[in-house]
Amino acid sequence: MADVKTINLTIEGRPVSVAEGTSLLEAARTVGVLIPHYCYHPGLPVAGVCRMCLVEVEKAPKLAPACATSVAEGQIVHVHSEKAREARKGVLEMLLINHPLDCPICDQAGECELQDYTFQEGRKDSRYQEPKRFNPVEDFGGDIMYVPNRCILCTRCVRFMDDVAEDPVLNVSERGDRAYIGKFEEKDLTHPWAGNVVDLCPVGALLSKDFLNKARAWELDRTASVCPNCTQGCNAIIETRDNVVVRMRPRANPDVNGHFLCDVGRLDYRWMNGPNRLDLPKMQQGRVLVDADWDEALGIAAATIRGKRTLVVASPMLSNEALHLLSRLVKATGGKGTFRVKTGPEAPLPGVKDLALRTERAANVAGAELMGFTKTDSPFAGLGSGDVLVLVDHALTDDDLAAANRAGATVVIGTTLPAGLSNVVAVLPITNFTEEEGTFTNLRGRVQRFLQAKAAPGLARPSWFVLADLLSSLGESTDYFIPSDVFAALASSHSEFAGLSYDTLGLRGLPVVNAAQTAGEAR
Amino acid sequence: MGFPHTPHARETLVLSKYFGDREAIGLDGWRKRGGYAALEKALGMTPAEIVQVVKDSGLRGRGGAGFPTGMKWSFMKPGDGKPHYLCCNADESEPGTFKDREIMRWTPHALIEGCAIGAYAIGAETAYIYIRGEFTEPLARMEAAVREARAAGIIGPNAMGTGKRVDVWVHKGAGAYICGEETALMNSLEGRRGNPRIKPPFPAVAGVFGQPTTINNVETLAAVPHILVNGAEWYKKFARPDNPKSTGTKLWSVCGNIVRPGNYEVVMGFPFKDFLYDLCGGPLPGRKFKAVIPGGSSVPIMTMEEAEAAVMDYEGMVAKGSMLGSAGCIVIDDAQCMVKQIGRLARFYAHESCAQCTQCREGTAWTTKIMERIEAGQGTMEDLDTLLEIGDNMTGKTICVLSDSCAVPVVSGIQKWRHEFEAHINGKRCPFRSAAAA
Repeated sequence: MADVKTINLTIEGRPVSVAEGTSLLEAARTVGVLIPHYCYHPGLPVAGVCRMCLVEVEKAPKLAPACATSVAEGQIVHVHSEKAREARKGVLEMLLINHPLDCPICDQAGECELQDYTFQEGRKDSRYQEPKRFNPVEDFGGDIMYVPNRCILCTRCVRFMDDVAEDPVLNVSERGDRAYIGKFEEKDLTHPWAGNVVDLCPVGALLSKDFLNKARAWELDRTASVCPNCTQGCNAIIETRDNVVVRMRPRANPDVNGHFLCDVGRLDYRWMNGPNRLDLPKMQQGRVLVDADWDEALGIAAATIRGKRTLVVASPMLSNEALHLLSRLVKATGGKGTFRVKTGPEAPLPGVKDLALRTERAANVAGAELMGFTKTDSPFAGLGSGDVLVLVDHALTDDDLAAANRAGATVVIGTTLPAGLSNVVAVLPITNFTEEEGTFTNLRGRVQRFLQAKAAPGLARPSWFVLADLLSSLGESTDYFIPSDVFAALASSHSEFAGLSYDTLGLRGLPVVNAAQTAGEAR
Repeated sequence: MGFPHTPHARETLVLSKYFGDREAIGLDGWRKRGGYAALEKALGMTPAEIVQVVKDSGLRGRGGAGFPTGMKWSFMKPGDGKPHYLCCNADESEPGTFKDREIMRWTPHALIEGCAIGAYAIGAETAYIYIRGEFTEPLARMEAAVREARAAGIIGPNAMGTGKRVDVWVHKGAGAYICGEETALMNSLEGRRGNPRIKPPFPAVAGVFGQPTTINNVETLAAVPHILVNGAEWYKKFARPDNPKSTGTKLWSVCGNIVRPGNYEVVMGFPFKDFLYDLCGGPLPGRKFKAVIPGGSSVPIMTMEEAEAAVMDYEGMVAKGSMLGSAGCIVIDDAQCMVKQIGRLARFYAHESCAQCTQCREGTAWTTKIMERIEAGQGTMEDLDTLLEIGDNMTGKTICVLSDSCAVPVVSGIQKWRHEFEAHINGKRCPFRSAAAA
């Protein structure tokens, strides 16, 4: 890669040095200049059709489309010159002549690029007097509906299906101002990654049926997170309204998921708001469980565990931090740690390297294994009758129940209390991953942070916090005040994580040591 | 020849010599008229020698842009290890233009010969003739001629027994004006939607199937055999003495309000006034010419003052504010409403826009709606400013020039016949319609 030539140019008066072959649009981005655009998207082939990104290049006879023009040595580029601004104003006026301007009832309002750029530099009135073109709303199948009247024909959706999903379901039908996005007959947008066209659509033409009319964009709080629904670890944004997760969308990360998120991942968010949440600690009193305060419940749990062998059945949805503390519990009690992972069919996205909805449908299978937990279909196999069973957010099946009830005593640490368990001595309510901060390790060994997106229910506490308290009650030293403290302890005791910290991970993550060596060879 | 009329004495018949001659259509008849002598000669030359002759002749593209043909051919680098292609643009769809149609109807072998020579000259083994979908008769004749030529061993894996592979294929379009744009043609040829491509890369770098491609108009390629047989010097003489930049003979399609519409072949530099009044017979009885669109609907409209002072070559038309274009000459007389005529042209472009670029997709349709509203007597003076501003937004800002082509007649129309627009607006009706009709 060393032989790539560097090109020097000037954009909006700022010196820019970028690799040969970079587009003006991307070059401008490196110095903080946003060139308005619609059809361009970094995850798609260049189309150059919206003509919004026209910029003035000195000595060039015509305005140049910044997305489709490569940088050249010594170029002087003006993005906000009179000529370029007038051209964009012209495009915006044209885009709006057949647009219904129904922002008050449009899902996209507030996150609409047509709104944004028009507000920024469009005309304040329209000179268009004729009736607007009308086409009825279409059901595109899958989760997607199409509102052709709002469509600006940027063709991002068509290019995504053609070139990234490689399932050419969409097309541009008709010509001139009669054109619309068509769907080939007898085909639907049912590709497992088709939902990305909704994110790609810069206006309100392609909408998610799932999100339809659920919230206005400005009511949402957005949190950087990781999709927990398979081992790929796609970077995601969790969007909440009033403490309820209402949408999950992709967050760009070239090393993991490009710009995309699959439909299984994005639509499986309701459990994050799940009903039947545990919100108070409980303890056994007589033959029933009664609400307790944290100290009582923790004290009973510790007393039950102390001196006994434990079987810790964990969840692969737990964070590295929680799993690390659990692994110490296993070690301290001479026990065993297991987990089971739900599976489903794999669904790759052909246009992005090493990106797929993975077979194993949990966030942290790799992390659990690195922490010494055994992946098995029968996690209760080694349970002895005198053992203490520690269930940590494990999804219990009927078969599990029979096995679990063989335990001498059971401590439940989880977001819900499974029905039918006998002999539960203490229940410690924890938060799910949207309510706490932590890290997951994906199937390629990449450690990625997720942030807290909403508040915990009732008195539930973060998993790392509860487990640290429990360990402390058992006499372990756990001076952790924030999750990064737990991660630091994890990094110092597991060589794979050596050198990693929340600061170095940032919001895009880093690979564990072995994975780094493998990736280094591949590069 | 003024086909379908008898030729006029002032015409110079090269390409159109056999128009109307049924015998020239078939291979035997064509051979009797000297056909394929040029190809035989060409296959005995090196490609570089052919390119040099064509360069020396001064031949320029007859499709509209007028790019020097020899120079275009020289962009195809020999020995680059890639397959080269020649495309013949026979998607003649420019309103007012019907010269290529006659070449293909009457002298299909002339085009095959030109294609074969062109292909050989650029190092291509394959030439595609992309014919407009509506051209059913020319298509049938071209297909028959290709079959004949292949059966006779003139084209194919062993062209004329020289061991060289030069093959010609005919491809039928599906009826879209935009497929006459060279990169849209290539997409269509590949089986894709006929949308123009962003340039660069230019066809000579990545054209059809992503390989180096040269694309030439029918008339351009049909002229090549004559140049090879008669020499570059012969061809260069067909020019104004003071303008060696435009050489050769040129076919002109003439239509509209004129006594003898048809195809005419005259030398470059012919006086336009003589052409219109003498060769074509002038205006219809009792009428006067009002305007001429000299080069197909995409060029600026000329007033008669401009037209009568113009000479018929690339530079001569530019000097009078228009362009030679495809030499499809549309004549409009004083009984016609300019607003209606221009609105009709705009409607054509609105219908044919491929819908890629915003300005074109929306601008052509918007322009049409305003033009039709003015014509119906519902316009305002502000509409004229809006039209000019839309025209400015549609010019020089899109992938291809369809958008510009729509703006050109509107802008030149408003500039030159503003009084007619104003009469519609002020009178709230079209002044050319009879009172009874209104």
